[in-house]
Amino acid sequence: MPALSRWLTSRWGPIITGLVVGVLAPVLVKLGNPGNMGICVVCFSRDLAGALGLHRAAVVQYIRPELAGFVIGSFLAARAAREFLPRTGSAPIARFLLGVFASIGALVFLGCPWRAYLRLGGGDLTAVPGIIGLVGGIYLGVLFLKRGYSLGRNYPAARATGLLGPAIAVTLLVLLVVAPLFGRTAEGVPTGPIFFSETGPGSQYAPVLIALAVGLVVGVLAQRSRFCTVGAFRDMILLRDSHLFNGVAALVLAALVTNLALGQFRLGWAGQPVAHTSILWNLGGMLLAGLAFTLAGGCPGRQFFLWGEGDADAGMFVFGLVVGAGFAHNFNAASSAAGPAAYGPIAVVIGLLICIALGLTMRDPRRAPSRTS
Amino acid sequence: MAKTESVDARGLSCPQPVILARQAMQAVGSGTVTVVVDTVTSRDNVTRMAQRDGWKVASEPTREGDYSVVLSR
Repeated sequence: MPALSRWLTSRWGPIITGLVVGVLAPVLVKLGNPGNMGICVVCFSRDLAGALGLHRAAVVQYIRPELAGFVIGSFLAARAAREFLPRTGSAPIARFLLGVFASIGALVFLGCPWRAYLRLGGGDLTAVPGIIGLVGGIYLGVLFLKRGYSLGRNYPAARATGLLGPAIAVTLLVLLVVAPLFGRTAEGVPTGPIFFSETGPGSQYAPVLIALAVGLVVGVLAQRSRFCTVGAFRDMILLRDSHLFNGVAALVLAALVTNLALGQFRLGWAGQPVAHTSILWNLGGMLLAGLAFTLAGGCPGRQFFLWGEGDADAGMFVFGLVVGAGFAHNFNAASSAAGPAAYGPIAVVIGLLICIALGLTMRDPRRAPSRTS
Repeated sequence: MAKTESVDARGLSCPQPVILARQAMQAVGSGTVTVVVDTVTSRDNVTRMAQRDGWKVASEPTREGDYSVVLSR
């Protein structure tokens, strides 16, 4: 184990993680997940929001076991490596808000950075403007970071605070299996609090245990390797450091090869699964998402992994993702295959203005002046 | 005497520990920069950045459970 762990923290770590994700995600599609959505952290958060009744889009409601696996896998890996560190206190409310707008931006594009790369690996060329927007958003975030943007420090917290993430993940798995029906419709039919789609993407899923296993494996690998699909470009822009970028490149290549092998590769622009063809709003949505992820310190997957290793502020970002997904659908801002929704563009503009305001104003109040002697 | 600088990057999100360390490295030019971080991830990120820039890196755990990363050139 120590040898494997050392390997994963070396420069090979992100590459191995990217390869594993790039292979397993298309396999999950083969086993039932929606097209080019083997793993999409924001889409899965949106499905979770629907399953919990936080939005009424009946076609996207499901508790994705992959998400629970991310948190639990990361928790177990961090515990084994003595890196489990309960901590909180770094502007949780701002992180929640960043999660909300990251979610809205990603749902205007129809996918988080993970899915953007997976869509590319499936031949979906509409992912290209999305990725361009993503890089633009990350670039903007880097400008703020260079100017001293900071959400402030976190501080060590009670052990129980760190255990809440895995505990909530286990609770979601219980709700998935038990699927309680506490309510009654007007016709007296049992319903809620947990809702599952009968048609559409929410009704498409790989077998629960396989999906959970994939989530656990990815959670373990990503915790050890610090895999981050936003840090990939951030570190290239900021430091010319390709450590994390290599992981994303490996992911796209592995997804491409796996999709070809499984007969799922379809090169083209129109008619791609759960995608639309608006160049402007594929780009605009991901511009917002890229900025919000960068200001929060990492991609949506990374936020789940950080939550698992005890970072409760990352947990607040995750809550923001789920609630933001609910808003995105309730406010008619989430796109569909037909194109951007009526209020998607204005939601992106508002989100950009708020994220830019945060970028300009958030500073670490206790930033210790460095001492030179 | 060689210039020294110290940075307290505990509790900061990625990539702020690396940015602060780099600013301190640029401020001293050559000398010693001590960066205190609280996670292995930050320790490794600062180490990787400094080594790429040609600095010598030595890190050790502190009594408080943090990591003291000493960069020198």
